[in-house]
Amino acid sequence: MIDLSTHCAGIRSPNPFWLASAPPANSGAQVQRAFDAGWGGAVWKTLGQPIQNVSSRFGALHVGGRRGVGFNNIELITDRPLEVNFKEIYETKRKYPKHAVIVSLMVETREEWKEIIKRSIDAGADGLELNFGCPHGMCERGMGSAVGQEPRVNQEITSWAVEYSTVPVLVKLTPNVSDIVPHGLAAQRGGAHGVSLINTIKSIIGVDIDRFIPEPRVGLQSSNGGYCGAAVKPIALHMAASLARHPEFKIPISGIGGICNWRDAVEFILLGSTSVQVCTEVMLKGYRIVEDMIEGLTEYMRSHNFETIDQMVGKAVPAYSDWGDLDMNYETVAKINAESCIGCNLCMVACDDGAHQCIHPNPNGTRVPVIDESECVGCNLCQIVCPVESCITMERVDNGYAPTTWNQFVNEGKTLRPKKGAH
Amino acid sequence: MAAKLPAERSETVFSDFKGEYTREQALAEANRCLFCHDAPCIQVCPTEINIPQFIRKIATDNLKGSARTIFDSNILGMSCARVCPVEVLCVGDCVYNEMGVPPIQIGKLQRYATDHAFDKGWRFFEAGPDSGKSVALVGGGPASLAAAHELRRHGHACTIYEMRDVLGGLNTTGVAPYKMKADRSVEEVEWILGIGGIEVKTGVQVGKDISFLELEKKHQAVFLGVGLGPDTRLKLPGEDLPGIYGAVDFIEKMKLERIALSSKKRCVVIGGGNTALDAVREGIGLGFEHTTMLYRGTEAHMSGYLHEWRAAQHEGARAEWRALPIGFEGSGKVERVKAIRLDENKKPIAGTEFTLDADLVLVAIGQSKLVELLHGLEGLKLESGKIVTEANGRTGRKGYFAGGDGRNGGKEVVNAAAEGKAAALAIHAYLQGGA
Ligand SMILES: Cc1cc2nc3c(=O)[nH]c(=O)nc-3n(C[C@H](O)[C@H](O)[C@H](O)COP(=O)(O)OP(=O)(O)OC[C@H]3O[C@@H](n4cnc5c(N)ncnc54)[C@H](O)[C@@H]3O)c2cc1C
Ligand SMILES: Cc1cc2nc3c(=O)[nH]c(=O)nc-3n(C[C@H](O)[C@H](O)[C@H](O)COP(=O)(O)O)c2cc1C
Ligand code: SF4
Ligand code: SF4
Ligand code: SF4
Repeated sequence: MIDLSTHCAGIRSPNPFWLASAPPANSGAQVQRAFDAGWGGAVWKTLGQPIQNVSSRFGALHVGGRRGVGFNNIELITDRPLEVNFKEIYETKRKYPKHAVIVSLMVETREEWKEIIKRSIDAGADGLELNFGCPHGMCERGMGSAVGQEPRVNQEITSWAVEYSTVPVLVKLTPNVSDIVPHGLAAQRGGAHGVSLINTIKSIIGVDIDRFIPEPRVGLQSSNGGYCGAAVKPIALHMAASLARHPEFKIPISGIGGICNWRDAVEFILLGSTSVQVCTEVMLKGYRIVEDMIEGLTEYMRSHNFETIDQMVGKAVPAYSDWGDLDMNYETVAKINAESCIGCNLCMVACDDGAHQCIHPNPNGTRVPVIDESECVGCNLCQIVCPVESCITMERVDNGYAPTTWNQFVNEGKTLRPKKGAH
Repeated sequence: MAAKLPAERSETVFSDFKGEYTREQALAEANRCLFCHDAPCIQVCPTEINIPQFIRKIATDNLKGSARTIFDSNILGMSCARVCPVEVLCVGDCVYNEMGVPPIQIGKLQRYATDHAFDKGWRFFEAGPDSGKSVALVGGGPASLAAAHELRRHGHACTIYEMRDVLGGLNTTGVAPYKMKADRSVEEVEWILGIGGIEVKTGVQVGKDISFLELEKKHQAVFLGVGLGPDTRLKLPGEDLPGIYGAVDFIEKMKLERIALSSKKRCVVIGGGNTALDAVREGIGLGFEHTTMLYRGTEAHMSGYLHEWRAAQHEGARAEWRALPIGFEGSGKVERVKAIRLDENKKPIAGTEFTLDADLVLVAIGQSKLVELLHGLEGLKLESGKIVTEANGRTGRKGYFAGGDGRNGGKEVVNAAAEGKAAALAIHAYLQGGA
């Protein structure tokens, strides 16, 4: 029996898929529709002193005809009255007792934190998420990422929240720092039950090159915004994994950033996330994407013999090592499967101009290129550009050298294989 | 200057078969192109347009650059985009075919970029500094137009001698109207002539109104872009009855004028080549209830493209395979085609005579070669009616070059464009006193 239910930092939900605190979790009607569609939890759009937004507020990165590969916003926290939000949280929780409703919060003073936490819990929140991440607008008011970038402030505010709260507290971290670890540890020291990451990344999404104004455009101006969506996943994965593998970091992670489908979710879980949150892909495609996420995750678990999410969490973390601990004597070369090659020669031009000039026209006149394995450094570039799946494979070469890391070479004088392609 | 086309022409009832792309469609298709290295699609384009490059420029909204890439290789890129049999050229060799994925619609993308250039009135090329030399171009079809444009880029003065009133050759008078109508070809001609310095003499038949010797006196080189001659005739009893036309002749009338058709019940097309297939689809498009192709071989023997026959079938065409016409009957106009069945060796089978009712008969068994025209020119050799040249178009007669249907025996517009341009470069070398 496959069980998708999770208890991230003590917050239970029927599956690990949560709406991130953002427009899709802005109101009771929306969150209830999301639950009906299959979402297991929702982090309510951040509550605080209601603000006023500008228009327009979103921008997007379109790549090669694919729209919205990256996304950016200059919107702030909720603009709706607090009492309306609390009333809707209460109603939602009453209708969906098994789903997780986490309330995201961002206020300034200790008194305000105390007050808003009490009201959230009274409304039925299953958990709280402290928004220390918003990279625009709020930080200029001393909130959001202004807090998340200062470990001492982060720890202190976290400890207030933990003191006032009777439900689990997650701290949402900002990625706008050079190293995420001190910030995760600060939240842990403050007593947080878990962390959520990442919030959005400071960015300018593009420039209107006819008007000479960055985007999104507000009249004749623009401002930096928060970057998210598919394109940020690699950054988010790295930050989540950095905490997951840190020996002192012990609390659960709710992974966020660029998750679009079940595969992305599996990656976050394998790198240490207990739940995953989605914003942009829902904004672009709607709540209905969760159907495939649930099916895909279930099928993945079945085919990999996992019965619970817990069995998966962090499975890929041990393999994430430092460069100095990689085996320098592990050697691969590219091989082309002539049967499936379509003769586009993209591998050849890529290797010629961007790698090691070791893919050549076939002397027999066909369009299937040949790889000079004595020069191939096994960099992977050709496989990346090849449009035919598994036409180019990276094959291991048995070179007779015992596994040796750089650190072993430097510290223990172990032998490295001769360099390839370095002439 | 070229005559204006009447607005009311029989061809105007035809719709646009392949259709044009919207911006969204063009971007979606352009973004699919893999940008192959040493791309196979380029290798099969006779004019070697850098296809991946022009497609990438569509994808980045650099339409001007895209059009320049196309026209730099093929000044007739706008019409080629519409009339090229891309299924057997560029599109047929797109690597996606190997993957079992629909190939890139190169022709439609090329049309998107070039139509845009025409709409915007973009021009890309200027005449070179005056060389003081002058070239006569005999015929005003695609081959001569491509040659003249290239010669102007090198500064040579050009005069086109065209016996018809319109320029563009078969691109104007022959290609099927569901691919391109005559007025679009004429617009292209005007656009090409826009480079300046190309004198046009229409209604002048070389060999009749002016001799080659006179051309040689006035010009330092002669380009023969004469194409092919009139339709070949069957020489059968009753062939002169009204309602029986050579297909190319009929198509020209349909494209340039309004033909009165007394009845649109039955059209019979005789032949199995590409002109026959066009004629079949044209019969259907003109509103004939039944259009039948009468061919002496089977589907497998047809010299016409299979994709065109499939399209014709889809539109309702029928065929009488292994059938040979033996005569025509009718009082005052054609009413019936008499034919006989053939065996596998194309021998008539006695006793299998049959008749097909017909109000219109189009004979599409080939175009004659212009042997007589070129007969007296010493040094100029013909082989099965085709002008013999070196690879660059140079003939055996000093200062004479050739390209297009007259040289290759009848191929496509894109071949004429490629050969015309190549010959222009050879003429340029010749005029500069090179080899
Ligand atoms: C019915 C039909 C449909 C076709 N459809 C297509 C198609 O869809 N796609 C495609 O790519 N190709 C098509 N073709 C072929 C294409 O039209 C030709 O390959 C191309 O036009 C050849 O160009 P050209 O300049 O060599 O000759 P032409 O286009 O034949 O031009 C020759 C010109 O020379 C003139 N001329 C001849 N003799 C003299 C003289 N003595 N003095 C002055 N002028 C003279 C003629 O009037 C004519 O205008 C088609 C051909 C036919 C017959
Ligand atoms: C329009 C918009 C508004 C957002 N508002 C909030 C917010 O109020 N509170 C918050 O914690 N995060 C907010 N975020 C950040 C998201 O919750 C999420 O952390 C981020 O977008 C990365 O996830 P994604 O790649 O799935 O979008 C917002 C994001 C967007 C795009
Ligand atoms: S990239 Fe792949 S398909 Fe293209 S030529 Fe190379 S091996 Fe063949
Ligand atoms: S000119 Fe014709 S064959 Fe060449 S690329 Fe264009 S459409 Fe294809
Ligand atoms: S072969 Fe196809 S995919 Fe490759 S460059 Fe040509 S059109 Fe593009």
